[in-house]
Amino acid sequence: METRMLNVKINGRDYQVPDGTTILKAAREYAKIDVPTLCYLEGISEEGACAICVVEVKGARNLQRACVVKVTEGMEVWTNTSRVREARKLNVELLLANHPKDCLTCERSQNCDLRELASELGVREVEFPRTRTEWLPIDNTSLSLVRDPNKCVLCRRCVNVCAKVQSVYAIDIMGRGSNSTVSTFLDEGLGNVECVNCGQCLLVCPTGAITERSEIPDVWKALGDPDKVVVVETAPAVRVAIGEEFGMPDGTQATGKMAAALRSLGFDKVFDTDFSADLTIMEEGFELIGRIKNGGVLPLITSCSPGWIKFAETFFPKVLDHVSTCKSPQQMFGTVTKTYWAEKMGIDPRKIVVVSVMPCTAKKFEKERPEMKTAFHYWQEKLGLKDEEAFKDVDCVLTTREAARMIREAGIDFANLPDEDFDKPLGESTGAAVIFGATGGVMEAALRTAYEVLTKKSLAKLDFEDVRGLEGIKTADVDIDGMILKVAVANGLGNARVLMEQVQKGESPYHFIEIMCCPGGCLGGGGQPISDNPDIKKRRAEAIYREDAGKPIRKSHENPEITEIYKDFLGEPNSEKAHHLLHTEYCDRSCK
Amino acid sequence: MKLFSTQIVVPVDSNSVLQGALEVKHVLEETIGKYNLGSQVSVVETGALGIYDQGVVLAVFPDDVYYGNVMPSDVEEIVTEHLLKGRVVSRLAIDRNLSSRRLVEKETGKSQQKIVLRNAGLIDPQSIDEYIARDGYEALAKALAMQPGEVIQILTDSKLQGRGGAGFPTGLKWGMVAKEQSDEKYIVCNADEGEPGTFKDRLILEGDPHSIVEAMTIAGYATGAHVGIVYVRGEYFMSIARLKKAIKDATEYGLLGKDVLGTGFQFDIEVYRGGGAYVCGEEFALLESIENRRGEPRNKPPFPPQQGLFGKPTVVNNVETFANVPPILLNGSDWFKSFGTPSSAGTKVFSLSGDIVNRGIVEAPLGVTLRELIYDFGGGVKGGKHIGFIQTGGSAGTVLTDKFLDVPLDFASMKTNNVSIGSGVILVASEDVPLLPFLAEVAHFFWHESCGKCTPCREGTLQVKTIMDTLVNRTADPASLQHLGKLLNTLNDTSFCGLGQAAPLAFESALRNFPEVFDQALAESHVPEVCQEEV
Repeated sequence: METRMLNVKINGRDYQVPDGTTILKAAREYAKIDVPTLCYLEGISEEGACAICVVEVKGARNLQRACVVKVTEGMEVWTNTSRVREARKLNVELLLANHPKDCLTCERSQNCDLRELASELGVREVEFPRTRTEWLPIDNTSLSLVRDPNKCVLCRRCVNVCAKVQSVYAIDIMGRGSNSTVSTFLDEGLGNVECVNCGQCLLVCPTGAITERSEIPDVWKALGDPDKVVVVETAPAVRVAIGEEFGMPDGTQATGKMAAALRSLGFDKVFDTDFSADLTIMEEGFELIGRIKNGGVLPLITSCSPGWIKFAETFFPKVLDHVSTCKSPQQMFGTVTKTYWAEKMGIDPRKIVVVSVMPCTAKKFEKERPEMKTAFHYWQEKLGLKDEEAFKDVDCVLTTREAARMIREAGIDFANLPDEDFDKPLGESTGAAVIFGATGGVMEAALRTAYEVLTKKSLAKLDFEDVRGLEGIKTADVDIDGMILKVAVANGLGNARVLMEQVQKGESPYHFIEIMCCPGGCLGGGGQPISDNPDIKKRRAEAIYREDAGKPIRKSHENPEITEIYKDFLGEPNSEKAHHLLHTEYCDRSCK
Repeated sequence: MKLFSTQIVVPVDSNSVLQGALEVKHVLEETIGKYNLGSQVSVVETGALGIYDQGVVLAVFPDDVYYGNVMPSDVEEIVTEHLLKGRVVSRLAIDRNLSSRRLVEKETGKSQQKIVLRNAGLIDPQSIDEYIARDGYEALAKALAMQPGEVIQILTDSKLQGRGGAGFPTGLKWGMVAKEQSDEKYIVCNADEGEPGTFKDRLILEGDPHSIVEAMTIAGYATGAHVGIVYVRGEYFMSIARLKKAIKDATEYGLLGKDVLGTGFQFDIEVYRGGGAYVCGEEFALLESIENRRGEPRNKPPFPPQQGLFGKPTVVNNVETFANVPPILLNGSDWFKSFGTPSSAGTKVFSLSGDIVNRGIVEAPLGVTLRELIYDFGGGVKGGKHIGFIQTGGSAGTVLTDKFLDVPLDFASMKTNNVSIGSGVILVASEDVPLLPFLAEVAHFFWHESCGKCTPCREGTLQVKTIMDTLVNRTADPASLQHLGKLLNTLNDTSFCGLGQAAPLAFESALRNFPEVFDQALAESHVPEVCQEEV
């Protein structure tokens, strides 16, 4: 059926827009007039709460909210009258009256919607007094995220993204009126509730109310300590996003500049998490093959994404046996560095500091999990270590943003650095590892390896297009020499929930499922640069697949360093040693 | 049936119970027994008579004598003097015109033509038989014999408008729901009566619960709904209990349930207890609350008649609106229009409070003036004082001088005379009451009750409160009236729902009608020195 077109007059000029168009969309897309918004997030947060997007509509008694009011036939809209301007300005002033206004020192000083709005609307002074007598306590309970309710403008974007996109419902509005805050169940703090640390709330926050728990000071300290060997690993999705922090175009492949910048920061070795992504494919791929051959629990579900893991532990604890026992690439990397590499290089593992640069806030939580001290246990007997000397496999996690901040602080001209390579031996990787950064990437990488291992034949076409793209759930039937492997890929936990409910009911038709916590996969992770480009995920994904296509080796099992680590150290995939070092276990978090 | 020569009516409502009505009733029954009058005198419970500051009230019929402030120790005297000897106990007698039942008669000259309060204070609210004896459920039977469209037409013709404050035409609302195609529809009665100074819905619910049950069932038939929900203010325990009993009795009589009056029409009513937030009187916040969510308004459109409770077409009407429905169906729309003004048909139940001699509930035809309400019914200002100010319509209403005493009150009076009628609150303050502290209280109220969803209401009410406090304390900033004006404009113009949009009314009207009070406060203000470093 063809959509009816409606006549609308915006600021005196005539436009035709399809039935169902909001005033906001009509103004922005048809009249090319930007109506300012604060609480609005298309498709996710359409509350009409902030009252910034108000416009005059002929015949309406009050100003109307452009973001939620739809155009009706013959509507006359005025977006720029003094009545509108005054109202918008006053509402921004009201928000600012109780805001800390510490823009000079705020982490979001350079990309704060509230500050921009105040500037654009010409707010030069706040006529209203601060009425709150006390500062609200900062929520420091989470290992990943810090919430400062004093900077919160109660736009509810975070609440909506947590509920509608992630289906986690960790936060909601508590209290009434000017006492209302975004809070958790019984105000227990993000660290004590079902929050999965994904950081999607942070990405949509218009102000500095939600930030990552910064580990920059720890990293600077390690870098300044001559006794430490500080190595850095960088996740696949970081290289296609970090350039944004330095004014490079969206979707720039900045792998070489990133390696150069990190080396310039003073890291002793610049390694690549892609190496352990390949390792993950070997372990997980063989786990899948084993389960299929031996009638194990199916579908097998990927375990790279720590937000997803906590989600599964919290909401689906009864079906955790479906989740691959493989550690995430970050954690495999930490273990391998402090065992294999330490042994190979003859370095005391206690001196090694592993720093990972991640597109993710949940990784900060993951590295603190008590079971993630495998390297310590590996060395404990050999070196006669006491329990209190226990060290973590991964010491510090920096988000993409934090890494960029350090690079800026060091005065490194990122965009103009000559490209450099990663260090060997933990810096070699394949195209299969690179695509871990996009939703469907782990699946595609696993299929490349599983196919060749199972059939002993070489794949004619490496690109599994069916599992690429940004749709929430993708499925495919893959023909492996006559055996049909049914696979599904979900990104965003709301979509994961759909697949998991099937699994829980025993109705899942799939053999293998990839789940990534964040929409778009890691490239849309909560640790990535904050962007106002609606196509940002698409741009980053394109860069990832370009990087894959340009790699000389595109299958994990063909990575020579992978072959070497199995030959010299691990034996074979899923060997006892590999199990001990590279696999993990999960816990039921449903009652907490 | 037993016939009695004398009937003593004891209003048992939540107010009189606190004053000892149940004890008085108990002693009365014992005393009547003691003097062997049991076969001649009956003691009957009713809902409130609308008299609120005369303690326990007894009304003796057919003598038409009202006693006020009756203590258990007074009962013996009433029985021996009045019942045995036929002598009125003058020290306890009160003006019978205080009863809310009186004014309609007086104004219209039509005796016994009470509409909303036709039964309250007259019948035993817990007796379905007494309700039926007063033509109860006859309107339902009449409606069920008609086409649903005809029922709506009568309501539309009657020009009945919503009594909750907004005055939306009831017939139009029902018609919108009737025309929606949906597997489910709902009839919701808004009994969350939260407007400060309003206590009329409680009187109706406690005094005549069946009228609401009957009207909601009619609404269900007219619109095609099968489920009704009464959202009752949480503190109204007696309203809830009496409604529940009415629903139970009506179901047993076949007036509710699977087969209403044998017509095959199905209708059931549930009672939902509110949690105590003022904003839940806003229809969408109320629906959210019924859906077990935080009471907050939703975007409009769509309006409840299109997408209301659980996303289904929903009628949301106030208690008083529903109470008008059965009489309209029984007597016709022309009869209804014979009360009131051309713009506003029928009567309105007013809640009178403050510094007046007779506080309480009164039903009067629309178009009644403040003078009539305050002086004729209310008995004037206490202590013979002058009026300081009057607030009409509730906290979200207008603050007026005595110059407005002769403005006819109806749904048009806001537009024509800047006098809001709202939920029917008439709050009178004598000349001794300072205006600014009162307004500061109103400001505190809105700040406290704002749900916090939208910026202007959440932050704006906070700033209004702050400014009002500084005016009261004489610490106001010289620019504070300018700020207040801007704030009120933006609150009204950009608030998400009626709460924030109506919050400025009291302040705007006070600024307009009492500018000198604000100017004086400003002139007397000294902005305290603030150490800059502390800011």
